[in-house]
Amino acid sequence: MTAVEDRPAREANPAATATDRPIGFGRIQRKEDPRFVRGKGNYLDDIVLPGMLHGAILRSPMAHGRIISIDTTEALAHPKVHAVVTGKDLEALNLAWAPTLSADVQAVLATDKVRFQGQEVAFVVAEDRYAARDALELIDVEYEQLAPMIDARKALDPGAPVVRDEMAGRTDNHVFDWEAGDAAETDAVFARADVVVTQEVVYPRVHPAPMETCGAVADYDAVDGKLTLYETTQAPHAHRTLFAIVAGIPEHKIRVVSPDIGGGFGNKVGIYPGYILAVVGSIVTGKPVKWVEDRSENLMSTSFARDYIMTGEIAATREGKILAVRTTVLADHGAFNATAQPTKYPAGFFHIFTGSYDLQAAHCKVTGVYTNKAPGGVAYACSFRVTEAVYLIERMVDVLADELAMDPAELRLRNFIRPEQFPYPNKTGWEYDSGDYEPTMRLAMEMAGYDELRREQAEKRARGELMGIGISFFTETVGAGPRKHMDIVGLGMADGAEVRVHPTGKAVVRLSVQSQGQGHETTFAQIVAEELGIPPEDIDVVHGDTDNTPFGLGTYGSRSTPVSGGAVALAARKVREKAKLIAAAMLEARPEDLEWEKGRWFVTGDPSQGRTMPEISMAAHGTVELPEGVDGNLDAEVTYDPPNLTFPFGAYICVVDVDPGTGYVHVRRFIAVDDCGTRINPMIIEGQVHGGLADGVGMALMELIDFDEDGNCLGGSFMDYLIPTAMEVPDWETGHTVTPSPHHPIGAKGIGESATVGSPPAVVNAVIDALEPYGVRHMDMPCTPARVWAAMQGRATPPV
Amino acid sequence: MQITATVNGTEVTRDVEPRVLLVHHLREELGLTGTHWGCDTSNCGTCVVLLDGQPVKSCTVLAAMVDGHEVTTVEGLADGATLDPVQQGFMAEHGLQCGFCTPGMMLTARALLDRTPHPDEQQIREAISGQICRCTGYATIVRSIQWAADHPAVRTEPTGAQA
Amino acid sequence: MQIPAAFDYVRAGSVGDVLDLLERHGPESRIVAGGHSLLPMMKLRLARPDCLIDINGLAELDFVVEEPGRLRVGALTRHTTLLESALVGRLFPIVHDAERVIADPVVRNRGTIGGSLCQADPAEDLSTVCDVLRAEVVITGPAGERSVPMAEFHRGPYESACDQSELVTEIRFPIAARSSSAYEKVERRVGDWAVAAVGAAVTLAEDGTIADASIGLTALGLEGVATEAAASLHGQLPSEAVFAEAGRLAAAASDPTEDQRGPVDYKRHLADELTRRVLRRAVQRASTGS
Repeated sequence: MTAVEDRPAREANPAATATDRPIGFGRIQRKEDPRFVRGKGNYLDDIVLPGMLHGAILRSPMAHGRIISIDTTEALAHPKVHAVVTGKDLEALNLAWAPTLSADVQAVLATDKVRFQGQEVAFVVAEDRYAARDALELIDVEYEQLAPMIDARKALDPGAPVVRDEMAGRTDNHVFDWEAGDAAETDAVFARADVVVTQEVVYPRVHPAPMETCGAVADYDAVDGKLTLYETTQAPHAHRTLFAIVAGIPEHKIRVVSPDIGGGFGNKVGIYPGYILAVVGSIVTGKPVKWVEDRSENLMSTSFARDYIMTGEIAATREGKILAVRTTVLADHGAFNATAQPTKYPAGFFHIFTGSYDLQAAHCKVTGVYTNKAPGGVAYACSFRVTEAVYLIERMVDVLADELAMDPAELRLRNFIRPEQFPYPNKTGWEYDSGDYEPTMRLAMEMAGYDELRREQAEKRARGELMGIGISFFTETVGAGPRKHMDIVGLGMADGAEVRVHPTGKAVVRLSVQSQGQGHETTFAQIVAEELGIPPEDIDVVHGDTDNTPFGLGTYGSRSTPVSGGAVALAARKVREKAKLIAAAMLEARPEDLEWEKGRWFVTGDPSQGRTMPEISMAAHGTVELPEGVDGNLDAEVTYDPPNLTFPFGAYICVVDVDPGTGYVHVRRFIAVDDCGTRINPMIIEGQVHGGLADGVGMALMELIDFDEDGNCLGGSFMDYLIPTAMEVPDWETGHTVTPSPHHPIGAKGIGESATVGSPPAVVNAVIDALEPYGVRHMDMPCTPARVWAAMQGRATPPV
Repeated sequence: MQITATVNGTEVTRDVEPRVLLVHHLREELGLTGTHWGCDTSNCGTCVVLLDGQPVKSCTVLAAMVDGHEVTTVEGLADGATLDPVQQGFMAEHGLQCGFCTPGMMLTARALLDRTPHPDEQQIREAISGQICRCTGYATIVRSIQWAADHPAVRTEPTGAQA
Repeated sequence: MQIPAAFDYVRAGSVGDVLDLLERHGPESRIVAGGHSLLPMMKLRLARPDCLIDINGLAELDFVVEEPGRLRVGALTRHTTLLESALVGRLFPIVHDAERVIADPVVRNRGTIGGSLCQADPAEDLSTVCDVLRAEVVITGPAGERSVPMAEFHRGPYESACDQSELVTEIRFPIAARSSSAYEKVERRVGDWAVAAVGAAVTLAEDGTIADASIGLTALGLEGVATEAAASLHGQLPSEAVFAEAGRLAAAASDPTEDQRGPVDYKRHLADELTRRVLRRAVQRASTGS
């Protein structure tokens, strides 16, 4: 079914009563908002513990250098300084290096060398953050500067500076090679194809840059042996287990608490040296220690995103039938491979590059290399390389359209996987769960007024005005994932959920995932409400504290709804089934004679004979005689191992106007039609989409972490790392279709990253379309005015 | 040195070091943690407060500079227990997700509406163009402010039950 | 967030007070007004004055006043005040064009015209505006008041004619009939420094020819005005060809540097392109009296 999004009525009704609000799926205001609009959010830097000290990190000014000496005497003499820690001190505790999420190690504090500008070198603990900052200046480090390895394309050249020479036997910068698909089959198809287009497509290094930076408050109680660790983390349980392994503190003595998080976007998945140092600081001083990074630290040292140099090739017929796609990728992983990907997938889910198209063959090869840059992190908006894959295929399809002189919408429509082909086994090992692409595409085109836009474009072109229309039709893969295939450092990606109904009929659901703004306190209550008929405001959602929530792998890769949402639905269903048995006992009927309408069980054919959930719950905890095998509660717990990933998809159309005199790109319109399966809360879905679309505009037009040839990071502040403001983005036009996931308990697929994944190619395709009169077939992001102008001059825009 | 400022309607006197930034003074000395910080270069605007009714970036104002002046933070938006229409609007129109930029956005909105009761979309976008949101893509923030403009005197019971 | 090193702080109550304090606290003391150039540098510890003299209380320096033949603007006048002043917008549209693209609306509530001129950043829009409008900068010091034409006020990047012991108190703009002005800036995003910007002012003779013109460039490596480019307009009837020639000369006078915002030839191209645009607009405004 298809629908154009209704603009939500601006007339919200503050007096709406419970009878007006949906119980279950639908548009309801968020339950978490009241504290945020009052300024009563509890973010990491808001946490103050008695006696708490402040930590600050001294960082390397250079990209590559040998540490000759570190003199901390003056810093230690500062009256407000309690401790100074260096790599040598950590070596003695066997903590100078910590395992990463990708079977590598990362320096917590540099010992022999510094390997990227901004790398952690020393840690100061002082009474307040001002003193800690002052003390950093009192530490004297002597370096011997070394030639840096900056250009990833040269990283495998003989004689290139070796970044990880501390690894025994390592003589080069090669991290991994990884392939998917059938090379021979693909080569054969290419060999006999009428048309082959090739294009190098770069996805430059960008950064998640949530508005709140990363930080931790570590509180180690030496008497109890218990560590309480407040962290900006999207994955508190995984962190607990990893800290137990790394720090040697028994897992049952670690409590990780994720407070309110000011945005994650994948930036808050990994364990950063700062977190470990806060723990060390607390152990050494016997007091709680807070460490919060500043923005330059965030941009220069935490997990960046992308940095994929991709060469794409498409084989097709003259009539526009796409036959095969082939790609080789050079992946820059920085100084340490700290990227968060499921273990078997060093290139994440890049092999979804086959996109929305029915191919005869496909193959990819990804090579990862080390460079003297910040450690390879999690992709922004955390998709496991799905953004790179979608960007590649959607850019390539436009290159093919250009080659064939075919309309890009038409070319896509001709090649979509057809609805009867689902579940669709693609050529690189995925099984796409469901899809019905054409209605989604047609809806976007209708909303955009596509034909009218092309007419307008023709008129403008005749006058020398540059207008562009860009399309992206993405299929992504999210919701990792089946535990036999997907684990992060050995922890299978299944998630637990717990539902309990209290005697008075209110409920609590405890989650393993962690919101950073996605509205979990509302949407997960809605899932339970949908299953049990208990109003969302009567359901408490608990998340973020490992002491009182079930184990799981956390929120990223759009996995909360597909995995944890599945767990919650199934747990709620268990509760409902148990309630049926108890209701039957209460009604002196047989369970098979009962029917469910949201909120109560009643006797089939005699609706007046029923029991509501609060009645059943009171009975469960009360004195009613319970059936055989049923214990006195309405509680359930499920760990959900998803059978497959989910495959959200969407059609995006972007309209831009380019100033021919300056190269400035104005995004005039953006139409986004998303299909995320079953929709829990349209208001929240729309918000997720809007945010991702702004990300896309940012990456396409202005975001970039670049380095000069000495390895100095040129994107280390918000003066240089540009994020769109309200002036650079249009009002978004959204619509939706619904193609449920057949394997998901509620048919939902997840939406968190769709727009970040799907929008960059729409914007870039639009810019390149605008430059068609100049014969531009491709240019790389970001499409800043200078780079657009260079493309207009026929210059290859230098890939970054 | 001693400074006295009127913060959210109450006169507050404190000793401050000259270099203490207003944002730290508010958060740490006065315990008003609703004002946030997010960058080093006066770009992000999560630290916006009202100084004599005008939005300023409190990370680029010294605490010493507000001696004798009025400061309004997000904690001062509500009238006692009654939420400001801007706060209502942000809830009604999903103008916040992670909430980190929200206090600053709401204060700028309040200042805008006090001077321009019925701003158009362009005026709203321009007014908030010094503040970055990573979550919402701005359209719902614009709608939230338009809602507040359309409902200037809405009163609501702030019990946590949403409309 | 970054934090400044320690410093002393005093508040001035009058211009005389400022001069006393400057003398008393010596060469490592700095005046702070809006603070949005100085405080960020102090937070990054690139600037470390021993003492800050806060002049935000000097209401006497916050004014916009029209007198016969000139507009007087106090040095402490905030960007927002200039942007909201209908008087300023009527007399000198270039100021409004520029203010709209200076920093962002929140920063504009604090930053001042005096502070902008004294900071003397090569990418400072108001410097170009004042160059183009041939402003006079009034400086008050121990020896009294002196007036320095903009052409002499800027000595180089981050260097002005205002001595350590002095204070800029006022900026004066000459008013001429049948005149107008315009400014256009290319920026990658709101709040970013200019990739390049150009400002122009023109005065028309009764017969519609250009009696006088001045052209200034921002972030294009040219200090002061583009003299040859402006001179090419004198006595000419405005036309695209005339603007094109001025644009060509402005580009030739520019000396841009390559950076993340763009390469040299692109910036030179912008010098040309933007010169034509602002001349077109300034002439159109001067002709219609708008």
